[in-house]
Amino acid sequence: MTTLPAPGVAAPTGPTASPWRRLRSALLNGVAPALPTLCALAGTLLLFVLFLLVQGKPAGDACLLIYQGAFGTLFAWQNTLQRAAPLLLTALCVALPARVGLIVIGGEGALALGGLAAAVMPQLLPGLPALVMLVLMAVAAMLAGGLWIALCGGLRQWRGVNETISSLLLSYLAVAVFKHLVEGPLRDPASLNKPSTLPLPDPYLVGSLPGLEVHWGLAWGAIACIAAWVFLRHSVSGFAMGVVGGNVRTARLVGLSVNRLVLTACALGGAAAGLAGMFEVSAVQGSATSALLAGYGFSGILVAFAARQNPLAIIVCAIVIGGVEASGSLLQRRLDLPDATTLVLQGLLFCNLLAWESITGRLAALKLRWQQAAPTLPSKESRHA
Amino acid sequence: MHDFDYATLLLALFAGAIRVGTPFLFVSLGECLTEKGGRVNLGLEGILVCGAMTGYAASFYTGSAWLGVLAAGCSGLLLGVLHGVVCSLPRVNDIAFGIALMLLGTGLAFFLGKPFIQPQAPMLPSIDLGAWSSNERLHHALQINALFFVGVALALLLQWGLSATRWGLALRLVGDHAETARALGYRLTGTRIAATAAGGFLAAVGGAYLSLYYPGSWNEGLSSGQGLMAVALVIFARWQPWRCLLAALLFGAAGALGPALQAVGVTSGYYLFNAAPYALTLLIMILTCRPDRTLSSAPGELSLTR
Repeated sequence: MTTLPAPGVAAPTGPTASPWRRLRSALLNGVAPALPTLCALAGTLLLFVLFLLVQGKPAGDACLLIYQGAFGTLFAWQNTLQRAAPLLLTALCVALPARVGLIVIGGEGALALGGLAAAVMPQLLPGLPALVMLVLMAVAAMLAGGLWIALCGGLRQWRGVNETISSLLLSYLAVAVFKHLVEGPLRDPASLNKPSTLPLPDPYLVGSLPGLEVHWGLAWGAIACIAAWVFLRHSVSGFAMGVVGGNVRTARLVGLSVNRLVLTACALGGAAAGLAGMFEVSAVQGSATSALLAGYGFSGILVAFAARQNPLAIIVCAIVIGGVEASGSLLQRRLDLPDATTLVLQGLLFCNLLAWESITGRLAALKLRWQQAAPTLPSKESRHA
Repeated sequence: MHDFDYATLLLALFAGAIRVGTPFLFVSLGECLTEKGGRVNLGLEGILVCGAMTGYAASFYTGSAWLGVLAAGCSGLLLGVLHGVVCSLPRVNDIAFGIALMLLGTGLAFFLGKPFIQPQAPMLPSIDLGAWSSNERLHHALQINALFFVGVALALLLQWGLSATRWGLALRLVGDHAETARALGYRLTGTRIAATAAGGFLAAVGGAYLSLYYPGSWNEGLSSGQGLMAVALVIFARWQPWRCLLAALLFGAAGALGPALQAVGVTSGYYLFNAAPYALTLLIMILTCRPDRTLSSAPGELSLTR
């Protein structure tokens, strides 16, 4: 039996062991937090390559083309950013409710209703100055989306209805209402084979960012993400939401109004998705058509989970996922792969991200064991200087 | 209001309840089985789509629709095992992984199913119960697919199996009180994986029904969220297989409302009537759920109702 050195006393092996130990602690502190994500990325890539190789498809070319189609050229970058813009906002529709512990997957419906609300504003109040009208459109879109998602939160708080299911059902209902109105009462008689609402007058169209062919929705999406981060990190309400998400009983015990916080988080998330719809209408489509329902609400779920519900990380993840989606047409043109290729890649990524999350606990256990096996050396100079 | 042809409408609803309700029946039985073990699988939606594609492709290659159903079931089994295994890892949320599986299953089905959008595969046969009738519509309504009867038999079998067999009791115990089950020596992980896999099999068979009987072709817009509605349907059925049968028929009738109204000449509001199942699901959930207590007869380990 060897006796363990008393804590705080230098281990008998002395300085000879310290480089290894330093490396180890550097590994644990620096790389370990990113390890699940890195493993997930590697796993995704491996499975995707295997998936293509098994079918005899050129996997290497496909991966290269995905990169080129996403970030290879200026054109690709613009395409990527154009797709990332709505994803920034629909991801917030998942991340904000996630802060209070709700898994909301109904962003698509909020986006549709937001787009519709924005598209009808110029018809309701014709002749307003452009700036006023744009603000009104944004407000209408955010109200529509916000109320829709707040309804999920309300049903959850007051009726105990599971918010994941209700948000998806409400999303289906919103899409049905959207299609009914766009192809029925609100249809522009001039839109024959592609039903749409009356086109927005030119002054009400949102332009591009200076120097880019990407609309202003990207900038506003990024601003919304940063604002959400500041709100969650540095405001009392944001902190309170974290408490609700962590443990509802504790939140009730310390007197937080849980219902109000849940509804606020849902409404803010829905407002973000609604705003995404407004930008799609006023900057991309020019009117509300079913082209609005391109699945941005669903990709937003993946973006939010990949970002681990952190609004700042959403900016990065939205660009990556937007890039993957943008590369789909290139894959189809060059390699004749189905357009669902990017969907498979996204599915693999989502599964891997969740599955590799499980090594976090193992890492913590490993860290604990290493620390117990060898008490950390008090580094003499730095500690007492 | 113009005159309704009520007899036609009712007949169309009746026929639709069975025709549209059969996939609901299979998916909800699958979800019921999964949830009895204490897990929720939202990925059944992806499994359903994947099953529809696999069933259609296998039927096309082998020339036998029943082999297609079997192949679909096996694809569902695999995806079910994936869900079961990954959710057994620590820190993996079954609801979140279900959403991921939804995306993966749909993506795989769309990717691999691309070549099967055009060709025509052999369809499942239907049993002609209406030959005695001279009424053309009644005759048509009574042509019922064999899978429906399989589903009914399965619902009754599961009802009996869950309440009266050793396996059924073990599964319910694992889903109701994990600690007791562990104390009695039952393997939690294995049981749950098996339940999820079996649930995946059933959901994929429901998908095969979609592509091999009604609507009876493979395309990317085939599923309209049946896999997700099944989750709500199981809550409505209070986790009882025979009630799943009744609930599936009700949802089938709601799903058939749009086409049935079209048959009698109501064409406006097509999208709204087609959304009837979603509204019905939501309404039922609002009416049956309570915020202050978990639902009676809900499996105790279920994260869905906590």
